[in-house]
Amino acid sequence: MTKITVTVDGASYTDDVEPRMLLVHYLRERLGKTGTVVGCDTSNCGACTVHLDGHSVKSCNVLAVQVDGGEVTTIEGLAHDGELHPMQSAFHECHALQCGFCTPGMIMQAIDVLNDNPKPTEKQIREGLEGNLCRCTGYHNIVRAVQTASGQESLPAAIEESA
Amino acid sequence: MTVTEEAAAPQIGQERRRKEDQRLITGRTRWTDNIVLNGMLHLAMVRSPYAHARITNIETAEAKAMPNVVTVLTGADVAEEQGSLPNAWPITEDQKAPPHPSIAVDRVAFAGEIVAVVVARTAAEARDAADLVDVDYEELPPALDLKEAAEDKTLAHPDLGTNKSAFWQFDSADAGTGGSVDEAIEAARRDGILIEREYRQQRLIPAFMEPRSVVCDPTGEQLTVWSATQVPHFVRFFIAVVLGVPESKVRVIAPDVGGGFGGKLQFTPEEAITVVVARRLGKPCKYTETRSESLMSGHHGRDQWQRLTLAATKDGTVTGLKVDLLADMGAYLGLVTSGIPILGAFMFNGIYKFPAYQFNCTNVFTNKTWTDAYRGAGRPEATYAIERMMTELAAEVGVDPLEIRERNWIKHEEFPFSTVAGLEYDTGNYEAATEKAKRLFGYDELRAEQQRRRDAKDPVQLGIGVSTFTEMCGLAPSRVLGSLRYAAGGWEHASVRMLATGKVEVVTGASAHGQGHETAFSQIVADRLGVPFEDVEVLHGDTQIAHKGLDTYGSRSLTVGGEALVKAADKVVEKAKPIAAHLLEASVDDIEFRQGRFGVRGTDKGLGIAEIALATFAAHDFPEGVEPTLDSDATYDPVNFSFPHGTHLCAMEIDTETGGVTMRKYVCVDDVGTVINPLIVAGQVHGGLVQGIAQALWEEAVYDDSGTLVSASFVDYLVPTAADTISYGVSHTTTPSITNTLGTKGVGEAGTIASTPAVVNAVVDALRPFGVIDVRMPCTPERIYKAIHARDGADTGGAPTVGAAGPHFDEADTADRTAGNDSTDQNGSSL
Repeated sequence: MTKITVTVDGASYTDDVEPRMLLVHYLRERLGKTGTVVGCDTSNCGACTVHLDGHSVKSCNVLAVQVDGGEVTTIEGLAHDGELHPMQSAFHECHALQCGFCTPGMIMQAIDVLNDNPKPTEKQIREGLEGNLCRCTGYHNIVRAVQTASGQESLPAAIEESA
Repeated sequence: MTVTEEAAAPQIGQERRRKEDQRLITGRTRWTDNIVLNGMLHLAMVRSPYAHARITNIETAEAKAMPNVVTVLTGADVAEEQGSLPNAWPITEDQKAPPHPSIAVDRVAFAGEIVAVVVARTAAEARDAADLVDVDYEELPPALDLKEAAEDKTLAHPDLGTNKSAFWQFDSADAGTGGSVDEAIEAARRDGILIEREYRQQRLIPAFMEPRSVVCDPTGEQLTVWSATQVPHFVRFFIAVVLGVPESKVRVIAPDVGGGFGGKLQFTPEEAITVVVARRLGKPCKYTETRSESLMSGHHGRDQWQRLTLAATKDGTVTGLKVDLLADMGAYLGLVTSGIPILGAFMFNGIYKFPAYQFNCTNVFTNKTWTDAYRGAGRPEATYAIERMMTELAAEVGVDPLEIRERNWIKHEEFPFSTVAGLEYDTGNYEAATEKAKRLFGYDELRAEQQRRRDAKDPVQLGIGVSTFTEMCGLAPSRVLGSLRYAAGGWEHASVRMLATGKVEVVTGASAHGQGHETAFSQIVADRLGVPFEDVEVLHGDTQIAHKGLDTYGSRSLTVGGEALVKAADKVVEKAKPIAAHLLEASVDDIEFRQGRFGVRGTDKGLGIAEIALATFAAHDFPEGVEPTLDSDATYDPVNFSFPHGTHLCAMEIDTETGGVTMRKYVCVDDVGTVINPLIVAGQVHGGLVQGIAQALWEEAVYDDSGTLVSASFVDYLVPTAADTISYGVSHTTTPSITNTLGTKGVGEAGTIASTPAVVNAVVDALRPFGVIDVRMPCTPERIYKAIHARDGADTGGAPTVGAAGPHFDEADTADRTAGNDSTDQNGSSL
């Protein structure tokens, strides 16, 4: 067991963890942060994406012991005083989620994309989200949400035109 | 009360943002794997690495000795209580099927089958110990290749004596719905056009994002089971039937469920095992699969060989279609495995007026993961076949593929139309959808560009793919299901409960897992009862709350479940009328209900529905003999399917020097009838498109020669990413269905069904000048490159139905019987 101290969503935690424990399991099983989910076992799907010291990481690919002294933000730490993060609002507004399982990771990654590049092109958005899989939306509305959150024009969800 | 004459805007048709989103975008979710109960134990499965083997010994002592391991159970340990997993669709009286224990007892029939289960205090300890269970196997030869399996060369289940599970035929001459297909083929062979093709529907994996998970709590009098399932009501029924627990002692909850696409339309071995173990140990138990387990042992989809013969006159009027399918069941018959290809039987004729049709299907066992429902279930396969064939016919006749379709499709004034497959299409307007799609796509301009590039011998060629489709949605009229030997009905149930405060609780037997029922159903009820959208709460997915239901699949929730809701809401209004009449001191005959208000005809007197609800709750001043409740139930059994349709157009660019393939543009115009929420409908179409496009370009479940699934992780199973895909041009025409009150048709599967053939038709269209008439799916750069260069310098002749260009199904003609098929797929894969 190794003792770690970590700040998660603004609160400080000190725990003894097994050296092999993954960050995602620490978040879910020890801290009850079940908003962050596990979608695969090969770090392909990105459902477990969180921010570590301000940058997105796949929390299935980080050991809990590696975050000792670090600061983690999960999907549960984005909204403040009932006020949604602009990316959360954009996902809601643009219907960028259906089943919602990929959504926590997708939102965390989308925020990271805009942190790196506040006005990305559609291609840059798509490439920035390449490590996060979604099976429901076909990505069309996710791209729209990121465009919307970045204050840019977005394509319509559907072409409005009477037959 | 104040009477407001101002009409509230109808909710139906509004782009309401979803009620579901708040919890999902903030991480306040209730996935099954989030559930933790006191004293909960965790399960890990030991799975067979062999496709076919006899289990000769299982040594569990070392695993049992590991820290915090509670027990290890083998198939022999639970043989008496585990029963056999169900197949609800014996398609023929003599259908053959092996017993299907949840834990294999003495033989395994696919790689990934469960042979033992480890129970420990943590999931990690259970998995560690699972590695120490020592199983001795005696390998048996596996039946892997579908065609070879159909010839019984190697038996997947030696005890059955054959790999053939069933043969099912529909013949229009026998059914009285059309003529003889053999006569049509003979006539075309003499003096017409005969197109013969063989297409492969590769095996796919549903790959929902939330891995399946199940929790069973046996603590109370009743078993409570949470499962990541599309079908909580089915799961409850089968826990009762398979495991012998009284149905009334079982409560099944599908909490937040992260996608399904048919992949969670199952009663799984893992569900059965978790219940068995929890009951044995008297402790709450949880099992959550890994992604690799999910891809390996969750059921797969598609996997067919399709032999197709299309007969037409010289001008391209189709005279008959004959379909011969080999359908891979995999190792077992799951819930509806055997019926999946049969769901396609009625759709091979698509939107067309074919005078003769025959469908033959042989269901075959192999030693692979069993197949079952995957988005579209049988209908994408059928649509792919006919839409590829219609394009081939157009090439043969030498006209535009849209022109050949128009020559053969049902015209809008011909509805209702009885098809050669025996269905009655209620409404549709294929001309309107096609015209709109052409316009939005810029069809004529792209065709002109294509010609320019061909003339200039541009190394990057443009291909334009066309697909129309219709599908039978809204599963299903119970009498039809009964006639097809399906074990259950197709009705749906709904309740509307009027609360004392005027809020409305709606209970539906449909079980959403991403579709947005809470939002769309609120819109329907808000309009029907004239209450605010925000005041409607939709409850589902818990058999104790929604005690009756047939769940969500087959684009049925809105067309069937929504109609049940309408009927229940209408009953509320009818129940309220005598109460309103009493309170307003009027005759019931004079009560009019409009937009939430019960008025007295010819007066300005009236009461709102919330006021009636409160008066009913109090029941102080009530008409004599009237029961003090407004709550109403309805169970709706549809009278017919609904038939959404659409026209999809796709432009693909192909680098002929590398085989690189890029989507340039995609436009679809779908007619899904009345749209309740345009935003949700667009989302369903986008997601459906990408799943269908993924079949055309990327996804395939690949087994190696020993029957191991090679694509058992997201490294190898290519679920597309944002970077692989483009933004789509999605639009609609609206021809309301007349088979239900709302005029809805269903949209869940539409995108998936039409996009696959549109993409492959575009790929083939780009390559047709190179003599290519088929590229097997997924159309990888490698396959495209080989298809182009296999023909370098060869005399392709542009005559696709002769010589090596196509298979010949006439037994008398044995020349080049398989060469054509091989020549279009050069990579040597057996799949």
